[in-house]
Amino acid sequence: MNSLLEDIRVLDLTDEKGSLCGRILAEMGADVIKVEKPGGDASRRIGPFYHDEPDPEKSLTWFAYNLNKRGITLDISSNNGWPIFLKLIKKADIVIESFPVGYMQQIGLDYVVLKAMNPRIIMTSITPFGQTGPYKDFVASDIVVQAMSGYLHLCGDPDLPPMRISIPQAYLHAGGEAATATMVALYHRENSGEGQYVDVSAQQSMVRNTVNAVPLWLTYGEILERSGAFRVGLGKNLRARQTWACKDGFVNFLFVAGILASVAGSSGLADWLQEEGIPTDYENRLKDFDISKFTQEEWEEMEAPVARLFLKHTKQELFDEGNKRRVSICPVHSPQEVVDYPQLDARGFWTEVRHEELDASIKYPGSCIRFTDTPNPGLRRAPLVGEHNLEIYRCELGLSAAEISRLQKLNVI
Amino acid sequence: MSKLPLEGIKVLDFTWVIAGPLITKCLADYGASVVRVESMARPCFLRVSGPFKDHAVGPDNTTYFAYFNSNKYSASLNLKKPVGLRTARKLADWADIIVENYVPGKLAKLGLDYESVKKTNPDIIMLSTSGQGQTGPMAAIPMTGMILVALTGFMFYSGWPGEDSTQPFGPVNDFVTPSFALPAILAALRHRKLTGRGQSIDLSQLEAGIQFLAPGILDYTANKRQTGNVGNSSPEAAPHGVYPCAENRWCAIAVFSDDEWKAFCTAMGHPEAANNPMFNTFAYRKRNEDELNEMVGQWTIEFSPEHIMQTLQSAGVQAGVVQNSRDVCQDPQLKERNHFWSMKHPVIGDSVSFGEPAILSETPAQPVRPAPCLGEHTEFVATEFLNMSEQELVELLSDES
Repeated sequence: MNSLLEDIRVLDLTDEKGSLCGRILAEMGADVIKVEKPGGDASRRIGPFYHDEPDPEKSLTWFAYNLNKRGITLDISSNNGWPIFLKLIKKADIVIESFPVGYMQQIGLDYVVLKAMNPRIIMTSITPFGQTGPYKDFVASDIVVQAMSGYLHLCGDPDLPPMRISIPQAYLHAGGEAATATMVALYHRENSGEGQYVDVSAQQSMVRNTVNAVPLWLTYGEILERSGAFRVGLGKNLRARQTWACKDGFVNFLFVAGILASVAGSSGLADWLQEEGIPTDYENRLKDFDISKFTQEEWEEMEAPVARLFLKHTKQELFDEGNKRRVSICPVHSPQEVVDYPQLDARGFWTEVRHEELDASIKYPGSCIRFTDTPNPGLRRAPLVGEHNLEIYRCELGLSAAEISRLQKLNVI
Repeated sequence: MSKLPLEGIKVLDFTWVIAGPLITKCLADYGASVVRVESMARPCFLRVSGPFKDHAVGPDNTTYFAYFNSNKYSASLNLKKPVGLRTARKLADWADIIVENYVPGKLAKLGLDYESVKKTNPDIIMLSTSGQGQTGPMAAIPMTGMILVALTGFMFYSGWPGEDSTQPFGPVNDFVTPSFALPAILAALRHRKLTGRGQSIDLSQLEAGIQFLAPGILDYTANKRQTGNVGNSSPEAAPHGVYPCAENRWCAIAVFSDDEWKAFCTAMGHPEAANNPMFNTFAYRKRNEDELNEMVGQWTIEFSPEHIMQTLQSAGVQAGVVQNSRDVCQDPQLKERNHFWSMKHPVIGDSVSFGEPAILSETPAQPVRPAPCLGEHTEFVATEFLNMSEQELVELLSDES
């Protein structure tokens, strides 16, 4: 066996709400076949686009989350397409879908039908709120799921509206959860021989991202509010700065950690300030240090010398010097800085993926799962619309050329 | 109760804070026997962080720790003492899976790294998940949550136009990492079942986080463009964002197509607004987005976010309340799906954790026991799992801290 899941076949019917699930399985070697409607899935219209040319074959979001999959087109809801899909089901291990609740049943392809065709099949559904409950039919894009999970409420500055991470996150968390649950089901199948149905809620997959907000409410009756660049909850009503301006951007540094290190006898920060000619009275203030006794004003007086130090230096200088002195300061990276970060290069993280039809190679984030014994296969670019139709319909299902052309004319494939 | 799918799988849990414990919580929720090794002298950050039951600070009173550690056992071992270390090595031989998130190199010093454990437990599966991975020049730098969020680029994508960068909430990478760690562990476990071979897995939390920003990274590598500070706007939808409602609350709304826009205007009670030439196509809605947002806000401010959500959802328009933690705890959808688990805890009383976000039809995750008190199962683990002698046990318990 070369890669971990090379004996597993997955039929991936998802749009952007589920594509990461199949991507993770494909990354570990599964044969994931994206089944798109004729003409291509709607999620191919999500930007950004390669060289800003809106085109279903140039969506960078599609590229990112459909690596290593094969692709066919098939209208699974049509009279001609339905039986073809059932033939595919016979040879599949896993089906992943992200249609609205009830759609698969409506087109005669719910779990009961698939199971009758293949008792070992595992069917995974990814929806905003799950298959049951009062909100099961609600429609929800990324920002709506983030809002309903309780996460969005906590993001952004206190005097401005809640603000999301601008690259959609909710359905990536859902996709990761789906991959996990699907693998649990697959492991169970090795023991029992039985398949099962997996019902993933995107909302539920993000609730835990609220960290201790739920325990705070249940234990103290306290509603955690967003605090932006500050960390709250360390002292009474204390806001401790965590994102700081520096000479050429921003760095992340939790002053309380630096201070506590000083209390514990590490003088990295204090010495540094002194060497740079920035006077502090930390020695006095840190006697019998008790963060709960500080007022906001006193705390900001403590922070001021550090703010001055940071403004004198670039992100890189602060990161390098901090590492030397064991003071944990980290640059707020731009994408370019992420790409240029030496640690990732040293680990061979970046992967050039060839896109023949664009006559180009694009640098991709590589796999983050590194096995010692069964390395993942290399990255293969996402499939074009219907790229593997012949491979599957002709070679595998044995349809004649005439039949394939008839199905194309009927807009079934 | 149905049989749990990972029943009989033994997991040694050398993790702390959030990313690692979340991984082992999932394994425990699906029935694996997870033994979390803890130190009395240096308890997990969550053990010393609030909230605490009755405001009484203590490792067993924290509902924060309890929230993230359901279904596990806790053995307190002092790895600086020979008996503690010996017990840890016995656990390593007992285990099918070891999950750890120490700074790279630390376990090797204790003789508990993959190469050492493999000598006596050849088919062990070991997942190491540190901030920046096991190799490379920065591997040994200790990482905390927000530092990693900055390094990954999540902060770059959190900002309003013209404002300073701000922070998304919480250690995002900690919540991304299980998405890759768990499928990897489970694939390795299946592989071991089929071939008898174990292996180690190196998962960098930085590299995991970058997967969640891949479209932005590709926009840079393919187009040399970096687009941060866009607030809540979306290149695909307008209106898109959160809108002010009564009583200082917010509702998220996302309108993508022209049909959705028409449905939105009708739901708002102004069907004629759909034809307003400032807003009647997506291109115009984007061009006049500030005016558009203001108009939407003037409508939403009059109502509760629940009213806005229900009104728009009835019209097929994507909308949801920006729920705070109280709203989430009272959310009828989460209730219906038994999202929150409540279990009897000896110190906390009703201890709340969360179920797995996926419901499996045949083998769903189950709340079996609450998060453990610190060292609650040291004796149980030593006798039941490791068959230690009475004499060894006495030595172990007296050297616990």
